[in-house]
Amino acid sequence: MATDMIHHTLVPKHAKISESEKEKLFEKYTTSAKELPKILKNDPAIAKLSVKEGDIIKVERKSKTAGISFYYRVVMNE
Amino acid sequence: MKKEHEELIESYADKLSLSVLDEVKITVPADITKEKLSKIMEEIVAAYESAKVNPGECVGLVSAESIGEPGTQMTLNTFHFAGVSEMNVTTGLPRIIEIFDAQKEIKTPTMEIYLESKYNNLDAVKKFAAKIKETLLGELVEEYSLNIFEQTLKLTLNKGLLKDYDLTGKEIIKNFKTKMKNFNLDSEDNTIIFTHKGKAEEIKELYNLKEKVKDVKIKGIKGIKQVLPVKRGGEYVILTSGTNLKEVLELDEVDSQRTFCNDIYEIYEVLGIEAARQAIINEVYKVIQAQGLNIDIRHIMLVADIMCANGIVKGVTRYGVVSEKASVLARASFETPIKHLINAALEGEVDNLTSVVENVMINQPVPLGTGLPGLVTKMK
Repeated sequence: MATDMIHHTLVPKHAKISESEKEKLFEKYTTSAKELPKILKNDPAIAKLSVKEGDIIKVERKSKTAGISFYYRVVMNE
Repeated sequence: MKKEHEELIESYADKLSLSVLDEVKITVPADITKEKLSKIMEEIVAAYESAKVNPGECVGLVSAESIGEPGTQMTLNTFHFAGVSEMNVTTGLPRIIEIFDAQKEIKTPTMEIYLESKYNNLDAVKKFAAKIKETLLGELVEEYSLNIFEQTLKLTLNKGLLKDYDLTGKEIIKNFKTKMKNFNLDSEDNTIIFTHKGKAEEIKELYNLKEKVKDVKIKGIKGIKQVLPVKRGGEYVILTSGTNLKEVLELDEVDSQRTFCNDIYEIYEVLGIEAARQAIINEVYKVIQAQGLNIDIRHIMLVADIMCANGIVKGVTRYGVVSEKASVLARASFETPIKHLINAALEGEVDNLTSVVENVMINQPVPLGTGLPGLVTKMK
């Protein structure tokens, strides 16, 4: 694709988090991967991150109320 | 501000939100002592914690009421701005329903195209607008003439329009070359002549050709039916009727960071689920503000989060988020109860009664507020 859609103002920053961060996250919110919101593997925003199923994506949202807020999504196949 | 003060404030990053920290940094006087600052920070944390929504608070219900109540005061119909040089778009309640139901075909798809700074002058904008507008051959034709004996179809094109679009008959022919198998093409000035190759007895084929030819795209981007350049705060923005986000974003002239459309599904397909969520919030908020209503944005954010939780955009309908509910009774209470109950019976579905509606139905305490906590024994 000629234009990079990731830089669009509607698209917040997406990043893959490491295994250790994953553990911390689950502990902090006492949750597990299957309870997190999902993101499809072929989502245009994570096309360049080379992710596999089960990875956690950290989304850095610009929020009107909180400045920046973090949101986590688990990668799903279809 | 001293560095140690800044560090102290930063150390609260996991307890407070970023906007609060920024506010503290701006408002705290520079000559404050470290002890006082840390005391202030503790106070802020306490205030922040008490302002948080309590566990068990039914936020969804509050959102539903907060959006529903002012929703009754919204205009029920689309406004028609006759004579105003803005385009007619769906607003008010129909638009809200459209967004929350995540309808795939929206009534008035539009785009707002922002341009790169070097194309931001009147001439370039006009030229670009003409370039992206989808032009069909039918719009250019002044006269069709069928000749049955020679099996030809002759199109006479409007000279003025040809000049406006900077086209000639020969260029238009190029669009056809690959598609026309049974016809020979020829062009002179502003006419195009189709001649049937074989000896067709019937005139039907020529008639079909005439209808088909009308819808052939000559230039522009598919889907962009109308363009309207407007000036907005010192720069030109092109409003369109009809959308094609993907192809427009790839054009060089377009500012591919700010250009967007009002079709949530299209945004989802081109930019991803997070962009779709943001678009839902923006679009709903736009409608609410245009109506002069005041709904806290958190309610809209909550609905948008629910709609986008599964990686695809789901409407608040019985096919969308409601179908995700774990309880049969909760689904049956929304719409088409018989269908849900019969299917559940056939599949032998189990209802664990973990949520609100099903417990209301069978007259039990609902897991909300003080009804939520229960005794748990930790088995280890």
